Amino acid sequence: MLSTWLYVGIFTLVAVALPAIAIFLAGLLAPKKPNPIKEATYECGVETVGPTWTQLRVQYYLFALVFLIFDVESVLLYPWAVAYQQLPLFAIVEAIIFLAILLGGLFYAWRKGALNWQ
Amino acid sequence: MTAFWQDPITFLRLWLENLLLSWGVSERWVLLIRYAVGAILLATAALLFVILQLWLERKLIGRLQDRLGPNRVGPWGLLQPIADVLKIFTKEHITPAGADRVPFNLAPVLSVAAALMVWAVIPFSATVFGADLNVGILYLLAVGAVGEIAIILAGWGSNNKYALLGALRTVAQLISYSVPMTLSALVPVMFSGSLNLNAITRAQEVWFIVLAPLPALIFFVASVAEVGRAPFDLPEAESELVAGYSVEYSGLKFGFFYVAEFLKAFTVSLIFAVLFLGGWRGPGAEAYPVLGFVYLFLKSGAVYLLMILFRGTLPRFRIDQVMDLNWKVFTPLALILLMVIALVDYFLRGGLPLVRVLVLLGVNTLAYIVLDRLLSSRERVRRQPVAQPVRPVARPENLINPTETGVAS
Repeated sequence: MLSTWLYVGIFTLVAVALPAIAIFLAGLLAPKKPNPIKEATYECGVETVGPTWTQLRVQYYLFALVFLIFDVESVLLYPWAVAYQQLPLFAIVEAIIFLAILLGGLFYAWRKGALNWQ
Repeated sequence: MTAFWQDPITFLRLWLENLLLSWGVSERWVLLIRYAVGAILLATAALLFVILQLWLERKLIGRLQDRLGPNRVGPWGLLQPIADVLKIFTKEHITPAGADRVPFNLAPVLSVAAALMVWAVIPFSATVFGADLNVGILYLLAVGAVGEIAIILAGWGSNNKYALLGALRTVAQLISYSVPMTLSALVPVMFSGSLNLNAITRAQEVWFIVLAPLPALIFFVASVAEVGRAPFDLPEAESELVAGYSVEYSGLKFGFFYVAEFLKAFTVSLIFAVLFLGGWRGPGAEAYPVLGFVYLFLKSGAVYLLMILFRGTLPRFRIDQVMDLNWKVFTPLALILLMVIALVDYFLRGGLPLVRVLVLLGVNTLAYIVLDRLLSSRERVRRQPVAQPVRPVARPENLINPTETGVAS
């Protein structure tokens, strides 16, 4: 069991190293002629105004919250799905009730307009 | 000892192991060397495969748009992507002023790594698989999320408002679509009783796409959106926005975002083939594991061709349409399907396999019909007929006569 994770670890190292080495080599090969105009922030020729890391709409945050709820919930369901073939009716109905509550939550968020992209 | 033509990769693996053992290398080191060689070969092969994929996609999209596609470099333009790679390799790396250098440089690397890491757990044939992880699907979903971190890093590191905004939009789309994707990936897990991808493949006496066509459809569309390909390519809608999160990248760093996109596209086809199309299963795949490769690549190739067809035929969605499709159609549908399939499949336990297939197919068809009715009734409410002036059509009899309309020439 541990050795399969060893393979995953080695593969992760390789997967990070391959593009990193390629970019490093390309950086050695590529010309380097920086000048202030070239390095300026690219906004189609218009000079950028104010700091870049500005405040953004709260909307992204709302979607992230809804995502978080459903992601945690689906991860919770995975053990149930693995055991599904052996489960009695009681456990299945319980999972269905869990899903129904979530569906209710989704409809609540929908009704409150949290799912509308403006 | 298996014959070479039966299972070349296992044959080569055993040959390497025996060679190393005969040199007096200890067992542990043999294992480590074997893993390292396997990982390097597989990752390199995956990256080289992208070159072929670039050619295939450009050629097919060209044909779909009534063009020839690349046809100058090499026979049928086969060497075009290699020429492109060589060119992009020698381009200058521009780092914008005030960029956050660590995330800026880390982002393209992580983005490729996230797509590559999935290949570590894909079972390619009955005997050849990287890691036989017992949490395979969770690993896939977790690794898939690393790509989103790479996008946020790219947007943040570029010191560009548009890059940051583009990154946030992209991530909003990607995380949204990972919800129905995760939910519909639960269905194969339920049917096979395992998170292990190899076990899921072996459990598919009947392909899961037959047992659960609607979850398969949700998974497919969600994975197209997850890759950010047309018609869901809002992140880099090149005719509407500048390139989104990759606007400040140049040279090979930009190239790697491109590579990552194509690699991800094929990777999700592979995942779809493993989860719903029976992976390497096919006639004779157990006895001749080399056939497993052929079957898996044929199946995932078919899924990939479908994605190219999508890209060639469908217009791009608006962002609110993308979000509505996800949160107001796919997520509730996936939840309801999960409940219904769980309940129905319980009562079919131990019954005839054919009955199970037919009943589950019927349930899916019923769900599809109900969904279709609901959607079209909503559509009727929303789509009010608007009075429109009759548009003149360019025909010989409709030629605008300057004397009639009173416009002096």
